[in-house]
Amino acid sequence: MKGRRTIALVAVAVALAGASSLHANTKLMRMSDDANQWVMPTGNYANHRYSELKQITSKNAKDLKVAWTFSTGVLRGHEGNPLVVGNMMYVHTPFPNIVYALDLDKDAGIVWEYKPQQDPATIPVMCCDTVNRGVAYADGKIFLYQADTTLVALDAKTGKKVWSAKNGDIAKGQTGTAAPMVVKDKVYVGISGGEFGVRGHLTAYNTKTGKRVWRGYSMGPDSDTLIDPKKTTHLGEPVGKDSGTNTWKGDQWKIGGGTTWGWFSYDPDLNLVYYGTGNPSTWNPVQRPGDNRWSMTIFARDADTGMAKWVYQMTPHDEWDYDGINEMILADIPVKGQTRKVLVHFDRNGFAYTMDRVNGELLVAEKFDDVVNWATDIDMKTGRPNMVNKYRTEYNGEDVLSKDICPAALGTKDQQPAAFSPRTRLFYVPTNHVCMNYEPFKVSYTVGQPYVGANLDMFPAPTRPGGTDRGPHMGRFIAWDADKGKEVWAIDEKFSVWSGALATAGDVVFYGTLEGYLKAVDAKSGEELFKFKTPSGIIGNVMTYMHKGKQHVAVYSGIGGWAGIGMAAGLTGDRDGLGAVGGYRHLQNYTRLGGGLTVFTL
Amino acid sequence: MLLTAAFAACLAAPGAFAAEGEKPYKVNADGKVNWPTFSGYRRYHSECHVCHGPGGLGSSFAPNLLESIKRLSYEQYLEVVVNGRVNVDAATQNVMPGFATNLNVMCFVDDIYTYLVARADGAIGMDRPKHTGKPPEAAENEKACFGDL
Repeated sequence: MKGRRTIALVAVAVALAGASSLHANTKLMRMSDDANQWVMPTGNYANHRYSELKQITSKNAKDLKVAWTFSTGVLRGHEGNPLVVGNMMYVHTPFPNIVYALDLDKDAGIVWEYKPQQDPATIPVMCCDTVNRGVAYADGKIFLYQADTTLVALDAKTGKKVWSAKNGDIAKGQTGTAAPMVVKDKVYVGISGGEFGVRGHLTAYNTKTGKRVWRGYSMGPDSDTLIDPKKTTHLGEPVGKDSGTNTWKGDQWKIGGGTTWGWFSYDPDLNLVYYGTGNPSTWNPVQRPGDNRWSMTIFARDADTGMAKWVYQMTPHDEWDYDGINEMILADIPVKGQTRKVLVHFDRNGFAYTMDRVNGELLVAEKFDDVVNWATDIDMKTGRPNMVNKYRTEYNGEDVLSKDICPAALGTKDQQPAAFSPRTRLFYVPTNHVCMNYEPFKVSYTVGQPYVGANLDMFPAPTRPGGTDRGPHMGRFIAWDADKGKEVWAIDEKFSVWSGALATAGDVVFYGTLEGYLKAVDAKSGEELFKFKTPSGIIGNVMTYMHKGKQHVAVYSGIGGWAGIGMAAGLTGDRDGLGAVGGYRHLQNYTRLGGGLTVFTL
Repeated sequence: MLLTAAFAACLAAPGAFAAEGEKPYKVNADGKVNWPTFSGYRRYHSECHVCHGPGGLGSSFAPNLLESIKRLSYEQYLEVVVNGRVNVDAATQNVMPGFATNLNVMCFVDDIYTYLVARADGAIGMDRPKHTGKPPEAAENEKACFGDL
């Protein structure tokens, strides 16, 4: 009797929890529809980074002024963006991952501050600066995913810790950099450490209790990857048994990479979560024969169970470090004359993919930078790239320098997210225009130690495809038609555009530059409308909100990240007597380290 | 066993750099460097540069090694690499892990030293140096030190 009653009570509790979390989910979605707020790191579940606000227009953007600024007190790369929930703004920082709650009604005064105590031994196991891409909000809580992989739920009103969970172990080289996403009663987090042999996974925690609900690995046996050999498909075909181990030699999959440090998106109708996985470990392809599934892969997983519905591997057996983690933008747009539910993804490998997000069918795959040369095109039947041997680091071999590969390892685009405007049906994409020389060499694996196995140097892309000269710019900001697979307009930038874009109903698109400019351009033509130089280089994502009847636009500045990590000293860039040409080293002529938020209004 | 063997191989000739005035690196008139200098360049840039910056120039996480290497003896350098170093107080949070078990460092600890001395002396610049070729002994040492990879 007693036992039965307990079960009954548990059942009621579960039902209640389910009901309230469903409510929370609906509420969060409704909040993300309210353009006055910015409640998710990505703007909405579809990752549009689009706002219906239209007080700032292509006519008046020239009149933008700085409304206020805020210093975070941390001098490192500031990726991501703040959230605005009601009258509160939540600002995050790179390591040590401070969170500030600012009251917009009270001159953006600090209501609370949360500063976690983290082992400083975390710093040396972060590959590319100690960045953090933002906090998530749901159900009265702020979710912070710390560098040391602690996931913390904070009371959004007080900053008091509600619960915390440990998602990984820095002693194994596992770190946290990505922004969490909340769907219903679950908060999702990934894992970083592809340069430390970390095996990637997406993990769901219960938002109320912090209990781990499921974890889907990028590689490993089906029980680890949550792949159903019969039901999970790759381009329409079932993947078969143990697809996460049978393209690996021996136990290499256990240190196989495929980390999950990018953005997540969610389709509530299909109940699917989308994200991409990173490079296979090591960077020396010779040491890991096979396709290395499911590194470099787009995953569509059931939001409740984590089961993979479909997968698509973009770069089988990577030879260049073209992580597949960039955001998946979900849009319903006409493709070849028929409106489709698509997923649009601008990959590090230089190809922009338009896919049917229901079944994972590949619809369009085109280069979004002409200089991309490692592959000529994507075979639309097999989904595999047609590679060019000259630029293949494995083909050329260990201890051999493969030259003039485009794009560089940091990709034609890295994590800096693109925006989509339903008004223009265009995607606004911050890109890198950088090429590289790459030399793989043998490495040994030690737990918690770097596991890289390649050196590379990066330099500006040539002036024309196939060239070996160096062009005058390392970045471009482009408008992309995902139906035709074509660029509509492009703006050349001196340095990589490492800032996330924002599109608005005022037909103004915003982005930041590594020199520190916030720029506003016309959504239709790309014409520059406004620019302002903030205190440090911008690698954060632009966001917007409405406060007291005025539209505000906010962006972090604070140079860093992969593009900026060498700023103090300058990345290698010289070649064959050309002398000090271009390259990120020239950034030091424009900006210095910083950490702050600049907020604009008319 | 493997580690012990590797260690022995790596440390077979410590003090090789102790001789007064003798430089471990070699830069030819055409700018090409000897293999150890080049090997040090690439191992440095896959293991150390994340904190110590490109070319050993340092970053806000870790000191400029081109300065440190002038002050440290070879033995002191080795001691820091093997055991790491912790320098944490109110103002700084510098933690260098020990690399004793990392073969990518320990098998090439002399090469990395060679590279840093060459950098500190200004004998080579920031960029990838050209080299005179990988001698068969280097390949054999690498194999012996790594064991069965």
